[in-house]
Amino acid sequence: MKAYVGTPTSRVDGRAKVTGAAKYAGEFPADGLLHGFVVESTIPRGRIARLDASDALQVKGVVDVLTHAHRPPLADNDDAWKDEVAPEKGSPFRPLYDDRIRFNGQPIALVVADDWETAKFAATRVRVEYDREAFATDLESEHGKAGKVDRPHKPRGDAAAALAGAAVRHQADYVLPTEHHNPMELYATTVVRDGSGRLTVHDKTQGVQNVHKYLCGVFNKRPDDLRVVSPYVGGAFGSGLRPQYQVVLAVLAALELKRSVRVVLTRQQMYGLGYRPMTIERVALGAKPDGTLDAVTHEATAVTSRYEDFSRNDTGWAEQLYKSPNSLFSHKLVDLDVSTPCDMRAPGAASGVCALECAMDELAVALKLDPIELRLKCYSDRDQSEDLPYTSKQLRECYARGAEAFGWSRRNPAPRSMRNGKELVGWGMATGVWEALQMPVAVRIVLTSNGHAEVSCAASDIGTGTYTIVAQVAADALGLPIENIDVKLADSTLPQAPVEGGSWMAASAAHAVLGAAEDIRQELARLAKAIPASPLGGVDAPDVILVDGAIAKAGDKARAVSIADAMRHGKLERIEKQKLNHFAEDRSHARNTHSAVFAEVKVDEELGVIRVTRVVSAVAAGRILNTKTGRSQIMGGVVWGIGMALHEETVMDHRFGRIMNANIAEYHIPVNADVHDIDVIFVDEPDDRINQLGVKGIGEIGIVGVPAAIANAVYHATGKRIRRFPITLDKLLD
Amino acid sequence: MADAANQIPDRIPINLVVNGVRHTLDLVPWTTLLDALRDHLELTGTKKGCDHGQCGACTVLIDGRRVNSCLTLAVMKDGAEITTIEGLAKDLTLHPLQQAFIDHDAFQCGYCTPGQICSAAGLLAEGRARDADEIRELMSGNLCRCGAYPNIVAAIQQAMGRP
Repeated sequence: MKAYVGTPTSRVDGRAKVTGAAKYAGEFPADGLLHGFVVESTIPRGRIARLDASDALQVKGVVDVLTHAHRPPLADNDDAWKDEVAPEKGSPFRPLYDDRIRFNGQPIALVVADDWETAKFAATRVRVEYDREAFATDLESEHGKAGKVDRPHKPRGDAAAALAGAAVRHQADYVLPTEHHNPMELYATTVVRDGSGRLTVHDKTQGVQNVHKYLCGVFNKRPDDLRVVSPYVGGAFGSGLRPQYQVVLAVLAALELKRSVRVVLTRQQMYGLGYRPMTIERVALGAKPDGTLDAVTHEATAVTSRYEDFSRNDTGWAEQLYKSPNSLFSHKLVDLDVSTPCDMRAPGAASGVCALECAMDELAVALKLDPIELRLKCYSDRDQSEDLPYTSKQLRECYARGAEAFGWSRRNPAPRSMRNGKELVGWGMATGVWEALQMPVAVRIVLTSNGHAEVSCAASDIGTGTYTIVAQVAADALGLPIENIDVKLADSTLPQAPVEGGSWMAASAAHAVLGAAEDIRQELARLAKAIPASPLGGVDAPDVILVDGAIAKAGDKARAVSIADAMRHGKLERIEKQKLNHFAEDRSHARNTHSAVFAEVKVDEELGVIRVTRVVSAVAAGRILNTKTGRSQIMGGVVWGIGMALHEETVMDHRFGRIMNANIAEYHIPVNADVHDIDVIFVDEPDDRINQLGVKGIGEIGIVGVPAAIANAVYHATGKRIRRFPITLDKLLD
Repeated sequence: MADAANQIPDRIPINLVVNGVRHTLDLVPWTTLLDALRDHLELTGTKKGCDHGQCGACTVLIDGRRVNSCLTLAVMKDGAEITTIEGLAKDLTLHPLQQAFIDHDAFQCGYCTPGQICSAAGLLAEGRARDADEIRELMSGNLCRCGAYPNIVAAIQQAMGRP
């Protein structure tokens, strides 16, 4: 039997997704289901002076209008509202808690009706008056009020002096705009209430147990009072790491009305959720004439809300990646009258590495060095911030393989030197880096005597392929065909899992499967050896393997007992094993994934239209569990990078503190015609130190570096360096 | 006495033939075809991604043509033949596009997928797309936030039987 791990196995949930059978949070039916529609604030700061729902309540079919003044009890302390990924500092937002308006688009009422159209109509009949207060929403005008984030950076040497004395210097600000995740599925919750009042909460989330604990705290419920499930998630990209407000509103209405309730946000309302914060990244590099770095400084200044301090690691990548004897890093936040930002695909790195890698390109131009050569001059086999070796780091190989596949050696380094008809052609490259994280996860395996196994875990699959890799790892470990593996995920009653994020789920879930499967193997070995005249008699338990639906001697598959026989003799119909996997703490090595990204752009010289015609992404991320879904993950990350470079920007009208493009026609994301050839190369990176399978995770690394590679290609094509993203044609024509 | 501005319009009876099955519905005229399918017929395979005709997740085939069902009022389609993602497979055999989407991993989260597949079925019927560039252009009304576009193009090419 072939192994499944490492192969291009098709998604095990594929059939459900192509037939429409896969049910998402807002699609679960319930008897007597009520529908809630959110009324949002239209000012960014102040108080609700008067909220008049009398007209809405007159609409036939409206059941209730919940507001801060009319609702069941909600927890009155921050601890209850803090979910497992809430920022450490601050007070989480509490929907319908009081009359305070903290951001534009804040939910202030929930109209509940017999059907969705009625609720939506009645919501237009709710009248609100405000006491307005002065507000600020513009990072650039409030830049001077930035406060420093307390984060342990390790300055090296004297960066200011080294910069001042450097032979070649480059310093610039790179401005990354606010971006919204815009998963295709609208945020939704369906709360199904059974006869005893127990709630099943179908929620769009990346972590059912996080939401479960949060709801128990917010509503003062016991764990058994509710269950959170989320078998399919229509994209999230970080927006579903924290519980979103619609889940609170749906449960609130279900408790108040003692009915099943669904709340679905509109696309526009989703712009009141989290987002990638606008950030001004100031990078300064000083180098010797040969290209070795003397100094690196990186200062990030980002948006946060007035009620929570959200920040991620923007500057640590410069600190870690390149050799430089002198360095200084800092991160600052500006409090504004907006909702709290949140994680969005490769949070921190997508923005910080974009700035760093654009700056490296500018330095390479100043030094008249090839951009790859500059990076090799500064290359380090050790994590520069912690001075540690890596468990593995094949970034050199990424540069080499990527460059070869792209044809980099044919690049004429002079800007505007390459052309195809009336289009200028540009080639750019950048480095990508992310962490290889792993978390405790538990898995339960139930093996039945017919050779089928159910593998279950509370982890989510947000499109990342968790169902499929769990099935692959289980099939290999249990020696069963993948068709015999049934994977159950995303139910808060299943074994422990953290939120699905940070690229940690593949390694974490896979090793939990291995742990539970090992217990199954030991049990089967014991049963098989206990059979009278067992062919495995005298074989030590460690030499017993599971293969082809049987229990066999390693290296001698003729000596085997079928699973069915072993369990029949042991008088067992099923074997159930649950195991919590902890990874051994090891601070002796750094764990990272890396990539080298190469991009080709073609720019219409007269119109400024930019097309990304080719991208090569060479990724070193340990062992790839599934080369088919893994390639798709990286490809998706590249598409996100194209969006970040050229399209995506949430535009705020600061006179009103209100988003002007809260939809997906005017908030541009890449469409099919924007995406051309994407070549994904997985560089071989054996790693027997990081974990048993050598797995690192690939959800984030695909985007990191892509915006910079494209920006650098645009410079190479046009000779124009655009440091304010996205790079739209108006900026090229200026 | 309720204010007239707070009144719901009267319901209108209509017939829809969805995936070969005839349904009679009493709908308020502002009900979109998308909401009629999802909320009134429990055919939730057709997805709502924006409700504004911006994303294509709600694409269905009406009398064989691909249409954004969120921009179509159900009462306008009285008597129409509608095919949704639930109606593409014949018994247990997947439609060639459905199989091609699995083969080429042309989706991740799966939420835009029913709309992509219905749109691709409409595209094939139109016969306008001859190569990858034309597929890309003519499928650009269907957004995919997971970024599966190159795989979607490859899947459609497989179903078209040409590279």
